Amino acid sequence: MTGPAPIAPATISAESVRGPGAGAEIEGGTVLRGGPKIDLRRKPRVAESLIKGFLFLCGAISILTTLGIVFVLGRESLLFFASEEMNLFKFFGGTEWQPAIGRFGIWPLVTATLMASAIAMAVALPVGLCVAICLSEYATHRTRSILKPILEILAGIPTVVYGYFALTFMTPMLRGILGRDVVEIYNTASAGIVIGILVIPLVSSMSEDALSAVPSSLRQASYGLGATRLETAVRIVLPAALSGVAAAFIVAISRAIGETMIVAIAAGAGPNFTFSPFRAAETMTGHIVRISGGDLSYDSIDYNSIFAIGLLLFLLTLSLNVLSQWIVRRFREEYE
Amino acid sequence: MALIQDHTADQPAGGLMPSGSAYHDQVVARQRRGRAWAVIFQAAMLAGIVALCALLLNILNQSFGYVAIVNNIDPGELADNGVPLDKLPKDELVDILEANISAGLMRRYEHDMPFAQRSRENVHELILERVVEPQVQATWGLFDSIFTRGSVFAEAEERFAGSEVYFRSWLTTSFISKSQSSEPLRAGVRTAIFGSLWVVAITILFSFPIGVGAAIYLEEYARKERLLNRLIQTNINNLAGVPSIIYGMLGLAIFVRILEFFTSGAFLGIGDQSTANGRTIISAGLTLGLLILPLIIINGQEAIRAVPSSLRQAGFGLGATHWQVIWHHVLPSAMPGILTGTILAVSRAIGETAPLVVVGASTFIALDPSGPFSKFTVLPIQIYQWTSRPQDEFRNLAAAAILVLLILLLSLNASAVLLRNRFDHSRATA
Repeated sequence: MTGPAPIAPATISAESVRGPGAGAEIEGGTVLRGGPKIDLRRKPRVAESLIKGFLFLCGAISILTTLGIVFVLGRESLLFFASEEMNLFKFFGGTEWQPAIGRFGIWPLVTATLMASAIAMAVALPVGLCVAICLSEYATHRTRSILKPILEILAGIPTVVYGYFALTFMTPMLRGILGRDVVEIYNTASAGIVIGILVIPLVSSMSEDALSAVPSSLRQASYGLGATRLETAVRIVLPAALSGVAAAFIVAISRAIGETMIVAIAAGAGPNFTFSPFRAAETMTGHIVRISGGDLSYDSIDYNSIFAIGLLLFLLTLSLNVLSQWIVRRFREEYE
Repeated sequence: MALIQDHTADQPAGGLMPSGSAYHDQVVARQRRGRAWAVIFQAAMLAGIVALCALLLNILNQSFGYVAIVNNIDPGELADNGVPLDKLPKDELVDILEANISAGLMRRYEHDMPFAQRSRENVHELILERVVEPQVQATWGLFDSIFTRGSVFAEAEERFAGSEVYFRSWLTTSFISKSQSSEPLRAGVRTAIFGSLWVVAITILFSFPIGVGAAIYLEEYARKERLLNRLIQTNINNLAGVPSIIYGMLGLAIFVRILEFFTSGAFLGIGDQSTANGRTIISAGLTLGLLILPLIIINGQEAIRAVPSSLRQAGFGLGATHWQVIWHHVLPSAMPGILTGTILAVSRAIGETAPLVVVGASTFIALDPSGPFSKFTVLPIQIYQWTSRPQDEFRNLAAAAILVLLILLLSLNASAVLLRNRFDHSRATA
């Protein structure tokens, strides 16, 4: 948004183009010395305006997308809450999600989502931040050029592959370490750990951008006062980049909450109100995928219920994203 | 100041800085702490690399390895006069087939395609499918197959007497060229690959022109002080953070339900009548198009912003109109950046699973998609379905399909990196 404003052709008037002695001005045009008559005034260019209108429509499609999301989620959710057996109190007060017997309490899905996200953050935040500090403050140019593509590869692997990894590698490993009777085949812990691995590149690349943006004069001043590399990194650079790092953390949380395939494959199928990470439980996203993957008849309460979950998910992630943008704007340290 | 005070807090009074041996000790302790944390930072780095390696090795491990197979009829018994089954000519193969399956089934095959027209490979295939009927009893991973080869054979001997144990690569050319099957030994990803290509083609056709158009509008035309334009910009940034499954629900409600008349092909009268609903390739492609649109716009904006304004001013100075400057000067020099961003966005679309499950990918199709209005399945959906089956052999199939998907994505990403490097190079030398 900071690009230089181009000089619009509309502002170039006939006045500025016509030099001294360009020729005699007659009605509606200019005659160059001995040449043909040229009209140098602004012309209405229909094609140009049409193109501009089309390009505006392209931009407006994004607004339409948002309106579409809000309309679709809102409409079906309203239908859901308008049905006689449902109300907001039952939705947010119930601890049982059993569509078959008409129980729609959101808490089992929410606790599973929060548990998986919390485990993911316990993995991704420390590791991601350490990687970012390592890349921005410690690594040489050459190591960076090797390590950054590796992180990009990690970020480019489809989530369904991570889901496979969680089910066929992480779960057997957890069961091997903690015992088969402690850890169920489907559990939130392995899904959470793998989501953590998935968001490490996100955390580290966003944090690294923030750390690298700190001007090097700060580092040099710190070294000049005799600080070690660690002290410079942790007490000077990190506080200066804190807003960017915090924003990265919040975006990572939002990403973990919205992550779908890993939990759909590895966390279990069936809402389960539990606080044990080693038991099967279904998250909000996992439930949406499982229900819509089956034969789903439109205008049933099942169909409407997944849109109610979707609306909650959308509001949750949207507010986290807005919060992260606000933090960046509000707390950014400006340097000359 | 805080730095110094922290370290002198536990020093005896008598000055800001410690002196003598205390000073020396403090420096040594600080340096030791620095080294310890440097190790921790590098360990974190290593953890990321180890995770990537574990992921790739796990997939390789599942893609190859020993399988124990029990045949309904031993192919050795079918051999004629010592000539093994796969060396027999076609006529004898047809005779064997006729002798072992019911007359009704034989007539059905003849009806599908006369035996006179079938190739030898095709008949051989039918014999394997109907007569030999190999069944997978157990599979082992690559590492077990290499390092504990003896115990694999011992276990197979003990648990599945009479089984044939051989080393199998699940990723073969026939895996790529065959379509979906409920028999793991004959299943392939051909349908899924075609489905992915169709869906991605629609996605690109939809999102590339619109994404680039929106990027041009926002960078070249939009006046930043107008509320509407700021709203569009903020909105695009927020859309990039919406979970993909929400786009799936949008696609389900808009493309599959409300626009069913169009997305099912009914308005052209060419839709697949047996499945005349909106769960088609075009719905999936449009949904993914909406999903990657913000990514293409944001990348496109960055590329357009990087075009030096001297280029534009030179164009205007020569009397070009605004659109002429954009079309002939800004776009060509921004194009490598735009294409790089588009390729990355498209590789995201190829790997996307959740929105397509919600839009309604088919669980089982054996026929190649015939156009934008046919039912669809894509590679990630196929992987998801195989992974969710409890049997081990489907996990092996999923691993092989993952390898196909990763190779596809890796080549796409490599081309994006090459494009970017070439562009940087040419700009540096210009």
